[in-house]
Amino acid sequence: MKIHEYQGKQIFARYGIPIPKGYPCLSAEEAGSAAARLIEETKVPVVVVKAQIHAGGRGKGGGVKVVKGGAEEAKAVAVKLLGMQLVTHQTGPEGQKVRRLYVEQGLDIARELYLGLVVDREKRRIAVMASTEGGVEIEKVAAETPEKILTEHVDPAVGLAGYQARKLAFGLRLGEGSPDPKLTVSEFVSIVTKLATLFEKEDCSLCEVNPLIVTKQGKVVALDAKLNFDDNASGRHKDWNELMDRDEEDPVELEAKEAGLSYVSLDGDIGCLVNGAGLAMATMDIIKHHGGTPANFLDVGGGATKEQVTKAFKMILTSPKVKGIFVNIFGGIMRCDVIAEGVVAATRELGLKVPLVVRLEGTNVEEGKRILATSGLRIEAADGMGDGAKRIVAAVRAA
Amino acid sequence: MAILVNKQTKVVVQGITGSAGSFHAKQCIAYGTQIVAGVTPHRGGEKFEAAGPNGAKVEVPVFDTVAEAVKRTGADTSCIFVPALGAADAILEAADAGCALVVCITEGIPVTDMIRVRRALDGRSVRLVGPNCPGVITPGACKIGIMPGHIHKVGRIGVVSRSGTLTYEAVGQLTALGLGQSTCVGIGGDPVGGLDFVDVLKLFNEDGDTEAVMMMGEIGGNAEERAAAFIKAHMKKPVAGFIAGATAPPGKRMGHAGAIISGGQGTASDKIKALEAAGVRVAPSPAEMAVTLRSLL
Repeated sequence: MKIHEYQGKQIFARYGIPIPKGYPCLSAEEAGSAAARLIEETKVPVVVVKAQIHAGGRGKGGGVKVVKGGAEEAKAVAVKLLGMQLVTHQTGPEGQKVRRLYVEQGLDIARELYLGLVVDREKRRIAVMASTEGGVEIEKVAAETPEKILTEHVDPAVGLAGYQARKLAFGLRLGEGSPDPKLTVSEFVSIVTKLATLFEKEDCSLCEVNPLIVTKQGKVVALDAKLNFDDNASGRHKDWNELMDRDEEDPVELEAKEAGLSYVSLDGDIGCLVNGAGLAMATMDIIKHHGGTPANFLDVGGGATKEQVTKAFKMILTSPKVKGIFVNIFGGIMRCDVIAEGVVAATRELGLKVPLVVRLEGTNVEEGKRILATSGLRIEAADGMGDGAKRIVAAVRAA
Repeated sequence: MAILVNKQTKVVVQGITGSAGSFHAKQCIAYGTQIVAGVTPHRGGEKFEAAGPNGAKVEVPVFDTVAEAVKRTGADTSCIFVPALGAADAILEAADAGCALVVCITEGIPVTDMIRVRRALDGRSVRLVGPNCPGVITPGACKIGIMPGHIHKVGRIGVVSRSGTLTYEAVGQLTALGLGQSTCVGIGGDPVGGLDFVDVLKLFNEDGDTEAVMMMGEIGGNAEERAAAFIKAHMKKPVAGFIAGATAPPGKRMGHAGAIISGGQGTASDKIKALEAAGVRVAPSPAEMAVTLRSLL
């Protein structure tokens, strides 16, 4: 799950990580008065108006504006930003609509750094990465100049040790150019240590501060906050419900998630309903292998009920891009009769206007096949997943 | 011989009174697995009833703790069906009670929990399979997990995979060609888990009952690349493979918590390239997994 920058910063503040003063806004009027308040409180005439969307690269895409002309100008900038389709390298060409803004105090930036925490799957630890190349795409730094990224791993038994944070600080040559090198290093050490604690306590899957800045006064401040949460931990974080911005989620994927299904929209025209993630991916692959294109990834899981299968099949039936459907089931725990009942129930309700190929294997397979055969629906039965994929690709081509 | 589990394996099922635990414990008992104990806190003293392969009634004693179950029954292996937020604790309990093998079926354990578990298991001889996996089966001898037993056949092909149903697909294809399996290991679809491809390949490499290996990987992480490096340097037996997710878009999690291409890393094409360079024959489509393996024999 992703959250907005301003929400991430509110969590940073709870952990004592320094952030600029700022206010989230939903309208241009609010942005104007937020700017006036910030200028009044900080005695600095510069504010920054930042579009809040769940994608990186907002600055380059034109979603972050520095305002030096006071509250009126901030309001005018907000008018332009709100409602715009912000396109960044992470949004895709259609962009993401801006519905929320964050107005923040301007700071005198001396240095921009990168700080990121991720799960290192190979080391099976949280990795803390820091780089002098702040404010740019870290993937680019990793590919072109990997030596500029410093990494420390957190031992879960003791947390991030002080020496590790100092290694990063001195590795970044943080003291150089600072009016107070000791202060700069100690602030950095404190921030990194707090972030490592936050990452674990808040069940993050990603935590990025890009940039983390050193001000001309030598203070260290998180100018950005990108937090992703581990969905598996939602059961112990009741506050995540409030942090979720439904406008930022794909409505179909959200609907699926709430029904306990795993769904990802794709660009093709063959809808797939499969049990198990690996088999679902393999089903997409085999459709492509035979010259078709999958419209979705859909895993109904191991223990789906008839209602969940009905829901899943309806989602495929109602998708306008779907020109054919391939149901591929290898039932281990999943019973084939439950799948068949769900498919029939959804089709009875919505009708079936596209070709449907079903491959069933596993528990209660005879009963499943009988339900489909006696349903009166035009269903092509497949013998194996290769045969099924060939059949659905051919049927879509012929239609 | 086979690997990890055999006819002598004595299993304690954690979460045996839950719906998934009781259903699958019964299936395992019916297959012939020696399920000698169950554990559910506050349910100690109860009996879990099931039917063995010959239909005879089997009574499994239920204990409050794994330590007690191990002490009283001599269980050496645990199979975990405990809900996600309690599963990390269940793994630690099994390891602490002295189980040599812990098979965790549970899906949805938070990754920070698994990071702590892995740290706690460092330096111990206990082996963890999973989580988020179908389990381990040595056909005809011992089934620990949720895989359908009847699709398997006794034989000499080792199977290792990150996925559940894709493993069944591969096993179904192998059995249809008359190629039985020595042991099938589902290592699970999570980013941080127990045994990885390299650990299982090492075991198959040394196993006298295994003649060739079928491995199924998927997008995300670099476990397949590490497996490729091991195969190139050490593997004495032919390996066939398949990688799921060639058509998966970057940045999207495909069902499994670990199945995600991030920052250009973990693509199917990189994995296939690495495996092929190590001499693994990679199936062109998931319908040709067993045929590809057979071409190596």
